[in-house]
Amino acid sequence: MPYSAENRSRVTDTAELRRRIPGWGADLDPADRPAVPREQADPERWGAHWDAPEQQPWNHEEPRERSIEHGQLTPVFGTAQPLHGVSGAIRRYAYDRFSEARAAHWLLLVLGDRADALGAHLRSLLTLRPDNPVTETGVLAEFGYGGVRSRRGRGRVDLAHVWLDPILVAGPFVLGGVLVFRAVRRGRRT
Amino acid sequence: MRAMTYRGPYKVRVEEKDRPRIEHPNDAIVRVTLAAICGSDLHLYHGLMPDTRIGHTFGHEFIGVVDEVGSSVESLQVGDRVMVPFNIACGTCFFCARGLISNCHNVNPNATAVGGIYGYSHTTGGYDGGQAEYVRVPFADVGPSVIPEGISDENALMMTDALSTGYFGAQLGGTREGDTVVVFGAGPVGLYAARSSWLMGAGRVIVVDYLDYRLQKAREFAYAETVDFGAVDDIVLHLKRMTDHLGADVVIDAVGAEADGNLAQHITSAKFKLQGGSPVALNWAIDSVRKGGTVSVMGAYGPLFSAVKFGDALNKGLTLRMNQAPVKRQWPRLFEHIRSGALDPSAIITHRIPLEHIAEAYHVFSSKLDDCIKTVIVPESAAWTAA
Repeated sequence: MPYSAENRSRVTDTAELRRRIPGWGADLDPADRPAVPREQADPERWGAHWDAPEQQPWNHEEPRERSIEHGQLTPVFGTAQPLHGVSGAIRRYAYDRFSEARAAHWLLLVLGDRADALGAHLRSLLTLRPDNPVTETGVLAEFGYGGVRSRRGRGRVDLAHVWLDPILVAGPFVLGGVLVFRAVRRGRRT
Repeated sequence: MRAMTYRGPYKVRVEEKDRPRIEHPNDAIVRVTLAAICGSDLHLYHGLMPDTRIGHTFGHEFIGVVDEVGSSVESLQVGDRVMVPFNIACGTCFFCARGLISNCHNVNPNATAVGGIYGYSHTTGGYDGGQAEYVRVPFADVGPSVIPEGISDENALMMTDALSTGYFGAQLGGTREGDTVVVFGAGPVGLYAARSSWLMGAGRVIVVDYLDYRLQKAREFAYAETVDFGAVDDIVLHLKRMTDHLGADVVIDAVGAEADGNLAQHITSAKFKLQGGSPVALNWAIDSVRKGGTVSVMGAYGPLFSAVKFGDALNKGLTLRMNQAPVKRQWPRLFEHIRSGALDPSAIITHRIPLEHIAEAYHVFSSKLDDCIKTVIVPESAAWTAA
């Protein structure tokens, strides 16, 4: 049978839906939908009592990094983890040199993340609370929250790549250990 | 104070950190009483989001009590119980002035392509988040609202992101009476989007996932038909057969960057970070919606490129709609829906875990253990206060 103007799978009698499903059709009228219209020029309803917000103070000697697509530092910004060290240098270069349109901007930021993680792990070894892959990955929850029961016989398609997770987590530590071991052994031979 | 801190991909712990301080006259400091882990937090947890710094505190879904206010704050007082939208917004920039309060241009120096978000890396502004005892809340006169009478703490918590995002996603679908809506993903946002689609007048709602317990929740909570894509050979073909070979009128992507269903896509994006996200669910959405239909994207993706089937979207004349949800804009109507009983958001919460056990909480949620759908985090100080 050729296709017609009808879609035979559509539900046309909605009375039963209205009976069965709480609130069915309450927002049928687009006027009741808060996202409609898409743009609403009504700035006063958000509670702001300024024409332009005051500028949050910052340390002028260590300028806050910003996207070069911005014309200036935004009036409010986070101060959670300031740039520092090698990872900070990589990240600042990404911000200062490349716009958000460039893959290099984001790939450098990811590289900065990995450098930050490596540096933090190494520094933690010098503290009273070194990084602990067992407690920090929460893997012990496998015992208390049914690790086997949650996976076996459940038809989970994600099991196809679960084996990768331990490699991604432990891999850098194992690789680093091997490299250090080889370097030490080579140093002893020479 | 005690705070969740990021220690690198797949690793988090609770540390002692300095209590946040007022840094701008319109800041408030909020003592967190409940927080939640969002599916998008897993993108940070897995190291997928660029500029996620060691020591960062995640958490953009939280409620609490105002502990301190800046000199220019007018709408809040110390002691107020507040719900805080995940968007940080100034209220007066070009975008806020047009209602696009999730796209504020005055709060995120690190990027112009995304607004400010609590606890979501420096790419969204470098603000520590709410999986902690205290959090700095900028523009306190714009973002937070006092929790109204009749709205429970857990319902208010769900409104800070997940419910507002799901409801917003259903609206972007532009559903008309009798439409068939397909929702990819039966996590919190997908469940809320499916349930909300009925409010818009949907005739059929079909939820697709691979986790049996989440599909069961979709049937019970969202009154949806369900499809386990792991149990069918070709999910797009299956959906076409369910919709008279035309496709659904509206498809909502509530999965985002770490979608399963295609091993190569998943590994190149979620594991090796070579894409901004695995576009499996988005491509399925494009291919399973009817010509002239609408795809609403609520799943979160990173800033790098992804291999999306744009040719199909063009040739089918699709409307693609998406944004970070402007959360506070949804609240007045959502309060009405909760009071009328049309929505009961806290029904999807499966786990309540103390902040001190944050590493286990992330592992359980990330690995989908113990039939986990939504995890609420309770700071020790909040539990002590409640007791």
